Amino acid sequence: MRAVENALGIQIPDNARLIRNIIEAAQYVQDHVIHFYHLHALDWVDIVSALDADPADTAALAQSISDWPKSSADYFQTVKDRLSAFVASGQLGLFANGYWGHPAYALPPEANLMAVAHYLEALDWQKEIIKIHALLGGKNPHLQTYLVGGMAVPVNPNEQSAINAHTIARLKSWARMGLDFVAKVYIPDLLAVASFYKDWAGLGGGVGNYLAYGDFPQVGDDPNTFFLPRGVIFNKELSPPKPLDEQAIKEYVAHSWYAYTEGDQVAKHPSEGETQPNYTGPQPPYDFLNTDGKYSWLKSPRYQDAPMEVGPLARMLVAYASGHARVQEVVNMVLDTLGVGPEALFSTLGRVAARGVETLVLAEQLENWIDELAANMGRGDWAVFNGDMWEKKNWPDEAYGWGSTEAPRGALGHWVHIKNGMIANYQAIVPSTWNASPRDANGQRGPYEAALIDTPVADPEQPIEILRTVHSFDPCMACAVHVVDGRGREVTRIKIV
Amino acid sequence: MDSSLQLEKRLARRGITRREFMKFCAAMAATLALPARYTPRIAAALNEAARTPLVWLEFQDCAGNTESFLRASNPTVVEIVLEILSVNYHETIMAPAGRMAEKSLLDTVEQYPGQYIAVVEGSIPTKDGGVYCTIGGRTALDIVREVCGKALATIAVGACAWDGGWPAASPNPTGAVGVQKAVPGLKNLINMPGCPMNVANLTAVIVHFLTFNELPATDVMGRPLFAYGHIIHNYCPRRGHFDAGRYVEEWGDEGHRKGWCLYKMGCKGPQTYSNCPTVLWNDGTNWPIGASHGCVGCMAPAFWDTMTPFYERLPKAQVEGFGVEASADTIGLAVVGGVTAAFAAHGVVSAVRARRQPLASHEEATLTATTEKPDNQ
Repeated sequence: MRAVENALGIQIPDNARLIRNIIEAAQYVQDHVIHFYHLHALDWVDIVSALDADPADTAALAQSISDWPKSSADYFQTVKDRLSAFVASGQLGLFANGYWGHPAYALPPEANLMAVAHYLEALDWQKEIIKIHALLGGKNPHLQTYLVGGMAVPVNPNEQSAINAHTIARLKSWARMGLDFVAKVYIPDLLAVASFYKDWAGLGGGVGNYLAYGDFPQVGDDPNTFFLPRGVIFNKELSPPKPLDEQAIKEYVAHSWYAYTEGDQVAKHPSEGETQPNYTGPQPPYDFLNTDGKYSWLKSPRYQDAPMEVGPLARMLVAYASGHARVQEVVNMVLDTLGVGPEALFSTLGRVAARGVETLVLAEQLENWIDELAANMGRGDWAVFNGDMWEKKNWPDEAYGWGSTEAPRGALGHWVHIKNGMIANYQAIVPSTWNASPRDANGQRGPYEAALIDTPVADPEQPIEILRTVHSFDPCMACAVHVVDGRGREVTRIKIV
Repeated sequence: MDSSLQLEKRLARRGITRREFMKFCAAMAATLALPARYTPRIAAALNEAARTPLVWLEFQDCAGNTESFLRASNPTVVEIVLEILSVNYHETIMAPAGRMAEKSLLDTVEQYPGQYIAVVEGSIPTKDGGVYCTIGGRTALDIVREVCGKALATIAVGACAWDGGWPAASPNPTGAVGVQKAVPGLKNLINMPGCPMNVANLTAVIVHFLTFNELPATDVMGRPLFAYGHIIHNYCPRRGHFDAGRYVEEWGDEGHRKGWCLYKMGCKGPQTYSNCPTVLWNDGTNWPIGASHGCVGCMAPAFWDTMTPFYERLPKAQVEGFGVEASADTIGLAVVGGVTAAFAAHGVVSAVRARRQPLASHEEATLTATTEKPDNQ
C-alpha cells in the first residue's frame, strides 16, 4: 500500500494517517504482550515449579511490585488450584515435553506462579484490546480497511455507521485497558523476571548493527516526524544514528535456494530483485542440511554490505540514540532498576527489555492519536481517502515505489515496479529475513546465527539457552518455517563445538 | 479418570457457578442453532472427564487462523486449553520446541490413534517432492497424510487448508493444495474456509462434536451449514440500501459516510456463503461491511483468483435499482457456478449432506493417492 502510494506520489489525508497509527500501535501493544507471555515466557518461567508456590507469598511478591488489583492470596490460590487440576489430569497438552525442572530456570516458585497467573490473564486481555482493529477494520486478524490513498472506514460524527463520538469513546476505553495492563502487569513482570536472569545481559548480542525504518508519522508521511525514528547503528555505537539510505539495501542468495541471472555471488537491490527458486538441498525426509552450500529459503539482506538486526531492540536503540525523551526515560528506568549499564542492551535480555519499553511508550501514545482524530472530527475534517489516483487512467506509464513500515517484529519493506497499469516486479523484505538470514556471499552470518555463537548450553539434550536467544527475536514462524529445522541443527553444531 | 476433574467442578473452583455454566451451554446451543432441550446434553459432554486430544498443524500459513483461535470467547482459549480439550501440539503456542515438540505430535498419534482431532492451517505444497514446506526434514504432505489419516476427525481451518488459498493462487509456484486434495478420500473432514476462519464457528464445531460425537451437517464442499449455509447478501444489514438503489459511489462520499450499500465498490457479499453478518467477528464487535469496506469473498472458493480485483463490482450483477429480491441468490449461484469447476462438479451449492455426519471409519478410506473425489459420501 505504501509502496504504491510512494510510486504514484499519493498523500493521504490526516485522518488516514491517524487511523493507521492507532491500528498499528494497538497491534504493537497486543502483539508484544502475546510474545512476552505466550511465545517467550516459558523459556524463563517454570510452570511446574509454580505448583510449589505459597499463594500468600505470591500475593506479597505481586503487591510489592504493582498495584494491579488481582493480587490477593485467594486469587493466586485459585490459579494454583486450576493449574493443579490441570496437571493432575495427566494431560499436559501444550505444556507436555517442556524443559521443566531444567537447572537454567532461576525464578522462585512464587514468581513462577505469578507469571502463570498473568499468562492466563494476558490471554483473556489480548482478545479485548485488539477489538480496536475490529472496530476500525471490521475484524482481527486480517482487517479490511486499508486503501491505496487512505482508509475505508468513514468519519462522520452524525452517523451510526461511521467513526463517531461513540467509536472514539470505545477506542479510548480499550487504549486505557491496554496501558493499564502494560504498566501494571507486563512491565513489573518483565523487571521481576529479568532481575533473576541478569547473566543474559551478556549473552546473545549478535551482529551489533541495527536498522530501523521508523514509523508512526506525526505529520503527513514525513520520516523526519516519525514517532519512532528512522536510522542505522553500526558496531553498537550509541552516538546519533546514521541516516538511512534505502539504496544501500541489497540481497544475496549465495546460501539461499534462489538463482540470480548474474550469478549467485552478486547482491541486488530489491527494486531489481529476482525470486527464481533453485532448490539444491536434500530430498526429504532428511536430518541435516549442507550449510556449505545453499541452506535456506530466506535471502540475505544486507545494508552497506553489513548484516543488520531489526525489531524492537533496533527501534529502541535508534530512538535512544536519537534523543527520544520518553524512550530514554523508560530505558534508563529499566537499566537503573536492574543495576546494569547501556551495554547490557546489546543482548538477549536487552531484546526482551526493549520490547517491553516500546510497548509502554506506544501504549501511552495510543490515546494521544485517538484524541487527535477526535479533534479533527470536531473541526469538521472528515476526510479519510484521497482518490486522485484510484483510477488507473491517472497513472504514469511506469513508476517505482518503496514503502516501509515497522511491523512489531521489525523493519518491513516493499518495493513495487508498475508498468502499464500492472505490477512488473514486487519484492518484500520482511523482518525475519533480516534476522534469520543465512550467510551472505562474503560469509557473514545473519543476526540469529551470530547471536548463538558462544552461547553456553548446559545440557545439549535440553538446549533451552538456544530457545531463549532465538525466541527473543520474535521469529516469524510463518515466513521462515525452515528456521525451525535450523534451530535443531544449531544445537547439534554447538554440541560439536 | 477421576470424576473430580469434571469441567463443572473445575469451573466451580474458579468461582463459576452451575447457573453460569448452564448459561454458557445454552448460548452454545443457540450458536449451533439447536433447540434449548440440547443444553443438558452439551453440559454432559463438556463434563466428560478425559479431554479429547487435539493437534494443530501449520504448513504454508501466516498463522492468521492461529491468531483467530486466540480470539476465542465462547469458550475462551484458556478454557479450551486447560479444561475442554487437550491441545497437545501447536507450533506457535506450545512450550516445547524442536525435537521435543515433534515428540508431542508423535506421542499423540501413537497413543490416541483414531481418537484425536487434527486441525490443519495452511496449504500443502506438492511440487518438486514437497521441498517447499518441511518440518524437521519431513514434508508437509508426509505429515498431513499420517496425522490426518489417523485422526478421529480433521478440521481444515482457513482458505489455505481448504483449497490452497493464497499459495495456490495462479500460477501456484509450489503446487499448493488443501487437505482434501492432499489426503484423498479422507473421512470426517470439516472445511472452514475464510481468511482467516471465524473462531466463533470453530468453537461451535468443537462443542458440537464433543456433544453429539459426530460432526455438524455440511454442504457438499464439507462446510458446516450453520456457518456457511447462507449468502452474506441475504443477511446483510445494508441490504435495504441495495434494494433501494442507495450505493456508495466513491470512498469517503456521502453514501459511504451514511452506511449505504458497498456493491459498486466491489463487495462480494452477493456471492459469498458465510454467517459473518450474524455472528460478526471478535466476540461480536464488528465485521468488514460494518466497517464500511466491502466483503472480499475470503470464504469463497479460490478467492484470490475468483474474487479479484477486490474493488471491481461483480461482473454479472445487473441489479441496480429495485426488485432484486429474487435475483440475489441467482446472481450468487450464477457467478460462483461460472467461475469454479468444483461447484459444477458437485452440483448446486445448496445441496446438503445428511442432517449430521456420523463418524466414518478410516479403515474404509485409502490414504494413498486415488482418483476418489473428496467429500463424496
